[in-house]
Amino acid sequence: MTVITPFLLDQGRPAGRAKPSAAAHLTDAQIEELGRELDALRESVIATRGAKDAAYIRRVIATQRSLELAGRAALLFAKHKPAWIAGTGMLTVAKILENMEIGHNVLHGQWDWMRDPDIHSTTWEWDFVSPAKAWQHTHNDLHHTWTNVVGKDRDVGYTILRMDEDQEWTPRNLGNPLYNALLAPVFEWGIAIYDLELDEYREGRKTKAELHRALKNLGAKFVKQAAKDYVATPAAAAVTGSAKQALAATLTANAARNIWAHAVIFCGHFPAGADTFTEEQIEGETRGDWYVRQMIGSANISGSRLMHLMTGNLSFQIEHHLFPDLPSNRYAEVAVKVREICERYELPYTTGPLPKQVASAWAKVFRLALP
Amino acid sequence: MTGREPAPDLRHSYYVPSIRLLSRLASAFTTPRSPEDFLRLVDPLASARQLRGLVTSVVPETADSVTIRFRPGKGWNAHEAGQWARIGVEIDGVRHWRSYSLSTGAGQDPAITVTAMGKVSTALVRGTRPGDVLFLAPPEGDFVLPEHPRPLLMLTAGSGLTPVMSMIRTLVPRRPDADLVLVHSSRSPEDSLFREELLELADQFPGFRLVQWFTGERDRRIDLTGTSDLDTACPDWRDRAAYACGPADFLDAAESLWQREESELRVERFAAVVAPGSGGEGGRVTFEKSDKEVEADSATTLLAAGEDAGLMMRSGCRMGICHACVTPLLSGQVRDTRTGEVHGEPGHLVQTCVSTAAGPVSLDA
Repeated sequence: MTVITPFLLDQGRPAGRAKPSAAAHLTDAQIEELGRELDALRESVIATRGAKDAAYIRRVIATQRSLELAGRAALLFAKHKPAWIAGTGMLTVAKILENMEIGHNVLHGQWDWMRDPDIHSTTWEWDFVSPAKAWQHTHNDLHHTWTNVVGKDRDVGYTILRMDEDQEWTPRNLGNPLYNALLAPVFEWGIAIYDLELDEYREGRKTKAELHRALKNLGAKFVKQAAKDYVATPAAAAVTGSAKQALAATLTANAARNIWAHAVIFCGHFPAGADTFTEEQIEGETRGDWYVRQMIGSANISGSRLMHLMTGNLSFQIEHHLFPDLPSNRYAEVAVKVREICERYELPYTTGPLPKQVASAWAKVFRLALP
Repeated sequence: MTGREPAPDLRHSYYVPSIRLLSRLASAFTTPRSPEDFLRLVDPLASARQLRGLVTSVVPETADSVTIRFRPGKGWNAHEAGQWARIGVEIDGVRHWRSYSLSTGAGQDPAITVTAMGKVSTALVRGTRPGDVLFLAPPEGDFVLPEHPRPLLMLTAGSGLTPVMSMIRTLVPRRPDADLVLVHSSRSPEDSLFREELLELADQFPGFRLVQWFTGERDRRIDLTGTSDLDTACPDWRDRAAYACGPADFLDAAESLWQREESELRVERFAAVVAPGSGGEGGRVTFEKSDKEVEADSATTLLAAGEDAGLMMRSGCRMGICHACVTPLLSGQVRDTRTGEVHGEPGHLVQTCVSTAAGPVSLDA
């Protein structure tokens, strides 16, 4: 039986392998100890998961649904400017909450421990054009396992951008900033197409039948999503003569959500300070090594509680990558300890306010447009 | 258990097409959620996925038992006397499921009578308040009254009285020709469920005779290894259709007695039929959907066992973080390789990549 996992070894490593430079000062024993500390941290959260956490996610879900209902109701009168602004605003916030604090995290299995079939990674579908199952594969199985390993983690540039020096430059990359700017407002489509894994199909790792199935699922999802935002909602608003304005509102809400999600997600691994890795570097990786890679390959966003909520707690990207299935509302307390661990082991802990991190990610997009 | 088809409810059939149309129209606005997901903001019973019930009253029966009455949502069907239902309750944020007999008579609003024994029952008894939501599965079970009138003997102990109470409530007040003897064993009058109601019924209806056996007063349990106790309590017991419900040893004794007498006895057991695993030493893994069985040792994860058997198992990270592999457990228990903890109840979703068999396991895969 072959087990495809980079985490087979509990200790030890093939001799002579170079550690990532940010962790070069650590001995194997130290990395093992760090792994144990992080395991213990994870256990401490699991041991205290309970009714308060369950109440939290239900509260967020109820808030999100109320906002969405109120938003769409307001859009029935979208020809009146205040109704348009209120409706678009509420719908945008609802969509952001749905995708980030709820959808992303539920699909990670963060709430599976509640055993509630209504809030479960196997049953959830989200308000995003890419079907949940397709995204779970490219995101949970691939990106979270192979985080920032160039050549393995397709999230390094999402197969359209050059986001690492180790990715070979071609003249096409001159368009890096343009592609990225065009991607932001239609980000959900970018992700949907990315989740089809067309590159995997071209290289023969995905069969034609698999691709057909994926296309069919995406088509079905797209029809429902488009019907809701671009047909049903404007049609209902037509009763008050607000169809056109309602259509503009749903387009705006989706675009605003896309731009926001794009910005937050680009802050996760692309700002200065977040490392990338080679395939050779992760050969024989231990659990401790894996933790180190997650920490030095991710970057946080600092900010208020509201800010953390609106990013789906992806502002705690480092903690999320260490413990992708811990409930998001607990990342804030985990972060205090992770930061302390990083200081003690002299490992970088990359964080900064949103504008700074966005600028840093964009700077990389521009820089790597050139050879 | 035999699945009984619920009788279709024809009363509202006239409205069904329009409700369905309305619901489809509404889901165009709510996709990927169902309209019920939004309705739940105001109606706690609304759900397209999970039958729910609203607790309407919680009445103490004895010092450590209560009757919980609930109003079930759409999808429930009326219970037959003696049937049970799976009840889901949240304890510290985690949903647990247990089966409970419905103690009210057929045609009455459903209720369960729960005695505080074990984690889930104790939580139900101590923590349930009117207005709470319970999660439900429709009633099941064939421990029910015979189709044609016959003289009956009910032999119960402790909380084993609950399904029989449903039968008594259904039969005794409504059938003048009822002929029913209840022999019920409990520790003391204070511990005895439904005591006053039973006394009243026995007083009022000549067709119902009550024999209370208080083990505290008699200083011994009812002896089912011989026939003398039964001969005293109910001399014509051999001529009666007999039903028994209670703890496992009580039922075992009753079954062997009736077997010796070559009479027929219907029993209802509360404990699961599948014995729980003894302790993570591996075991036989059954993949129900794929109809495959394999022997897996304690070092083989359920995922690996399935793949070794050539199954298309759902899988992802193989280290317990991505949850791509979760599969419903049908029976048995598993050991979490990360914590060593043995856990699992039918219906739980287990991460096959970090679980090994703890005794025989059956998976919905």
